[in-house]
Amino acid sequence: MDYQVNRKGYYGEFGGAYIPEMMVPNIQELESQYLEIMHSYDFRQEFIGLMKNYVGRPSPLYFAKRLSEKYQSNIFLKREDLNHTGSHKINNTIGQILVAKKLGKTRIIAETGAGQHGLATATVCALMGLKCIVYMGAVDVERQAPNVKKMRMLGAEVISAVSGNKTLKDATNEAMRDWINNPVDTYYIIGSVVGPHPYPDMVARFQSVISEEIRWQLEEQIGRENPDRIIACVGGGSNAAGAFYHFLNQEGVELIGVEAAGKGIDTKETAATITLGTPGVLHSSRSILMQTEDGQITEPYSISAGLDYPGIGPFHANLFATRRATYLWATDAEVLDAALELTRLEGIIPALESAHALAVLPKIKLKPEEITVINLSGRGDKDMETYLNHFGY
Amino acid sequence: MYNRINKLFQGKGKNILSVYFTAGYPKLNDTKTIIQELVKNGVDLIEIGMPFSDPVADGPVIQHSSLVALQNGMSIRELFRQLEDIRQSVDIPLILMGYINPVLQYGVDQFCQKCREIGIDGLIIPDLPLSVYEEEYKSIFEANNLHNIFLITPQTSDERLRTIDEASSGFIYMVSSNSTTGAKTGISELQKNYFERINAFGLKNPRLIGFGISNNETFRNACQYAQGAIIGSAFVNALEVDSPLDEKISHFIESIAKDI
Repeated sequence: MDYQVNRKGYYGEFGGAYIPEMMVPNIQELESQYLEIMHSYDFRQEFIGLMKNYVGRPSPLYFAKRLSEKYQSNIFLKREDLNHTGSHKINNTIGQILVAKKLGKTRIIAETGAGQHGLATATVCALMGLKCIVYMGAVDVERQAPNVKKMRMLGAEVISAVSGNKTLKDATNEAMRDWINNPVDTYYIIGSVVGPHPYPDMVARFQSVISEEIRWQLEEQIGRENPDRIIACVGGGSNAAGAFYHFLNQEGVELIGVEAAGKGIDTKETAATITLGTPGVLHSSRSILMQTEDGQITEPYSISAGLDYPGIGPFHANLFATRRATYLWATDAEVLDAALELTRLEGIIPALESAHALAVLPKIKLKPEEITVINLSGRGDKDMETYLNHFGY
Repeated sequence: MYNRINKLFQGKGKNILSVYFTAGYPKLNDTKTIIQELVKNGVDLIEIGMPFSDPVADGPVIQHSSLVALQNGMSIRELFRQLEDIRQSVDIPLILMGYINPVLQYGVDQFCQKCREIGIDGLIIPDLPLSVYEEEYKSIFEANNLHNIFLITPQTSDERLRTIDEASSGFIYMVSSNSTTGAKTGISELQKNYFERINAFGLKNPRLIGFGISNNETFRNACQYAQGAIIGSAFVNALEVDSPLDEKISHFIESIAKDI
């Protein structure tokens, strides 16, 4: 089965480009050139060089001995938290900033939830000397203050989005409006596998380095390329897309995405899109979203700003519909426990987003001989205030 | 396809004034009154906005009216209920404008049938792409005698202009500048070049200019380059004033259309 995007920009029945006419020239320009640019020799050279010497790739694949003992199985952590800027987001922004340069754009815009994508975008803009504007929900500006300060130090303008619930969805709306109003010189670096085609495919390709490395690292460490399962957290779904990518056609590898259940899937304060959502169109692609019967988008909630989103990338909607991947959920409370557990067992403080992937370990029956890889997508520096408030250190 | 939209352009043909408002704003049940007052004041065509939670093509004014309308309890079902007998008192063309997701959730087939029952003449759905429309929904629109109104912008290529002209049947919505609604006012030299380029292009469909049309001067200007113009944000803004609905509307339309 083919789980990749088709020629028309769809993953099964999901995807497409539901864009207003004002965005058509920019999307058509990108759609007609992104693959050619990504495959060009110049681009590959520059991209690979930066990934190695600037980002610090390959990121380690670490056998978590004490965590494995606790769950009586074999658990590896893919250490995306050790990348420059502290998460997997930099893989995508390095790629897209090079695309933007090839297209001759001089002004970069981005949306951000936890601030990790905003930070990764501000970083590559500083690196390339390009003007950077980051839209961030007003609530997130508050709860992820350290990242806001970093972005500003890097020279980016952080604009607070004050519509809706003032989180990631609203930041994305504002970024799209900016692009409509600035159609000529501006490039929009979308941070997840969402938005109109070709974004989901392009972002998944840039993040696919994660699974590409897992394969040879596992081979090197234990003599087999395939684990029994991969677990990754899912908001829009970019780190999960990257971690699943090279295993999509390895049917023996179980793929598990973990959504943010917030205060519980039976409450209104949740962001468990696949668990609770229905098909519809948000941010220019057809996918699964949380919405009312009238088609109005429901305001999501999660303790983790990066997963606080009412939609999911069409890549994942299709993996769910075809049953290739399974989507579980974890509540705020479970996530905090899991974060503390990893901190105490392995000496690694994870991002709240990544802790969702850890939080399902007690819910899955792990066999002693099995190999599980968890994508540790980001580090917890930005979440210290939340952790300290909760644990009271 | 032939309906009230075609009749308007064949009959009047110039200085056409089209007005947009968001259904359910300022009050849930203002819809019918607003339509009737607009007709009374000589408006030629009305675009009834269906509010959406995430209107990415709209600026702050219509974002705000949409939010208030939804908080007031507006929905597609409610709107259809309010418009049920509108054709007993209103003869001018009526268009529904909104985003694709609420229409998808209602069901495109049922939505279009309901539009025909009520007497709606056309739809403007900015985030329904031309290709998807042609492949999936064109036959449904046509079966219900509904024109799908497409947008063009200063950045629309010649090739795409031809495709859009070919796919259009009522009129073409000519976005005056690349922007969200209500973002810019006035008409610059650059825009005049664009209007003249389009005039010279020889499109088979008539055009209305929208976005940035907010007063007598901009309306007058736009009418020189197209069959008429559309006013949205400026009208929605005028509805905020604290005076009776009929006064607000007559005052506003008078200010726009005087001596035209």
